[in-house]
Amino acid sequence: MTSILTNLFDGVAYGMLLFVLACGLAVTLGLMNFVNLAHGAFAMAGGYVCMLLVNQHGWPFFAALPLAFVSSAVIGIVLERTLYRHLYARSHLDQVLFTIGLTFMSVAAVDYIQGSSRVFINLPAALEGQFDLFGVGIGRYRLMIIVICGLLTIGLQMVLAKTRFGSRLRAAVDDPRAASGLGINVPQVFAFTFAFGCGLAGLGGALSAEILGLDPYFPLKFMIYFLIVVTVGGSSSITGPFLASLLLGIGDVAGKYYVPKMGPFVIYTMMIVILIWRPNGLFGRTAAR
Amino acid sequence: MFEHKTFSRAAAIAAIAGLAGLTPAKAEDTVKVGLILPMTGGQASTGKQIENAIKLYMQQNGDTVAGKKVEIIVKDDAAIPDKTKTAAQELIVNDKVNFIAGFGVTPAALAAAPLATQAKIPEVVMAAGTSIITERSPYIVRTSFTLAQSSTIIGDWAAQNGIKKVATLTSDYAPGNDALNFFKEHFTAGGGEVVEEVKVPLQNPDFAPFLQRMKDAKPDAIFVFVPAGQGGNFMKQYAERGLDKAGIKVIGPGDVTDDDLLNNMGDAVIGTVTAHLYSAAHPSQMNKDFVAAYKKAFNSRPGFMAVSGYDGIHLIYEALKKTGGDTDGTKLVEAMKGQKWESPRGPISIDPETRDIIQNIYIRRVARSKSDGELYNVEFQVFEAVKDPGKTKK
Repeated sequence: MTSILTNLFDGVAYGMLLFVLACGLAVTLGLMNFVNLAHGAFAMAGGYVCMLLVNQHGWPFFAALPLAFVSSAVIGIVLERTLYRHLYARSHLDQVLFTIGLTFMSVAAVDYIQGSSRVFINLPAALEGQFDLFGVGIGRYRLMIIVICGLLTIGLQMVLAKTRFGSRLRAAVDDPRAASGLGINVPQVFAFTFAFGCGLAGLGGALSAEILGLDPYFPLKFMIYFLIVVTVGGSSSITGPFLASLLLGIGDVAGKYYVPKMGPFVIYTMMIVILIWRPNGLFGRTAAR
Repeated sequence: MFEHKTFSRAAAIAAIAGLAGLTPAKAEDTVKVGLILPMTGGQASTGKQIENAIKLYMQQNGDTVAGKKVEIIVKDDAAIPDKTKTAAQELIVNDKVNFIAGFGVTPAALAAAPLATQAKIPEVVMAAGTSIITERSPYIVRTSFTLAQSSTIIGDWAAQNGIKKVATLTSDYAPGNDALNFFKEHFTAGGGEVVEEVKVPLQNPDFAPFLQRMKDAKPDAIFVFVPAGQGGNFMKQYAERGLDKAGIKVIGPGDVTDDDLLNNMGDAVIGTVTAHLYSAAHPSQMNKDFVAAYKKAFNSRPGFMAVSGYDGIHLIYEALKKTGGDTDGTKLVEAMKGQKWESPRGPISIDPETRDIIQNIYIRRVARSKSDGELYNVEFQVFEAVKDPGKTKK
């Protein structure tokens, strides 16, 4: 029984991590209708910024986390203004080719600057180890992930549903022409949203270094996971990817624990079954614009 | 008049050279070694270590041997066998190399094997570690290790040292399966019991569920083989999950505590016992000099891949010395068989029958050094002149 709960806890933590990593992609892909396969590169950038600040400049881990967010967001906004915006109107194939190229460039650049070996972020002692709660092993680091990611999710949902910016964004997405007619600066809203998505990826990258490992191949290795989350969740809201991440995280951990022989395939099996059942994802809209 | 004089002098020089048996055709003055290594991708640290070690050896020993200049041509295969094959073809056909060498992973070494046989040139394997490799071509010679060498020894050691129940966690690919099977065979023969067996995917992001399974099985120790590079992740999560506090030790072949990465793993790794061919802390003068020179040149610690590359180029040099510079591939392989020398890892030799390496396997425990504060694998027991048990069975 306790091991079921421990696994559930690990699964939730893993799922939350997947969500923070992938929800920026859900935003660009679903809301902005832009295929950004370089999403993982922004996550990696955040991870490396955090690592450099903590390991080489002696920053405390919790001070470096926001910087990971900010730096990825800044890289995101610079690239959006200079490169990405020219591709909004182009075909999805052009977008895929462009962003996959960007991914390979980021891999090569980081490999050149930082070397290809895996790096770790020096964590504060308070985040290491596990404690027992009624016999359930709670990893401190994973607990922190759940707290941070849980708060973020609630915050995101509030921003999208309740704020002026949220309604502008939804309007800009639903009908960009009418929205700009109403005086909404659509490109600016998109740029900001894109940067925010990149920032989240950067934060996810920093948080995931401890669990998934951080090396220059990060964007390629985890691209498939981001895409599965968005595919299974549907990309029209953030609730879909959120539930999909949790489901996949828990399924992945449970699969590896209970049926280790086929563990790695559980996540793919789940994706296939869900897509047969709901081809547009759990919360997908039936028809695209 | 003047021209005539120069001509006669040139003729005289040519005549002397001819008498001395020197045929100064430019192409034959160089010996080319085609080095195929993963310089990018997940195995890049292997490639970099081997390349560094070869550079170091050539700095120390010069780039001429037996009157020939040694030229190294490096090709990156990113550990993808298709690329290895293409690289080997280009090296053999276009560059007309006399050796192919390197090979970060087993599939890469195997992909090049038929080409070595066809071209009749030696393939010097400096990393890849499954037993079968040297059986795939009579031209393959290995200077690294086989997983069977270290896995059988740690199996014997564990059974003899009070470890009764072991759970295994190995990467699901050929070397992982080799490590697992050879360990299991020797450990159970010694009276031990394998209580849990988990094979993890090669590209595994998160060890948590597997480690939880290990913890619930309550073994005395976990036998681990993951490719060098994932060892750090494994050890961190092992500690995070409190397996160290639950009294579960880590044992295995030494890949998990590779010197290249060991120092970043934190205190959780202290006490891990592994069997392996090389430690940067090997207490011989030759190794101390080797580590110091490597550190000075590349600002990092050499691992077992570095020493395998260092010995690989040494073997090439020695073979050329023995053939007197003759680059006939078959003669070179013959010259390599039975070579014996002192390496930074200790005394080693090439088995004349299998062309595989015979070397000492050391049992080591991770400890923090008092002199420089770094983590090292400290050797405390030696199994001498270990042949590859994967072949002696046949």
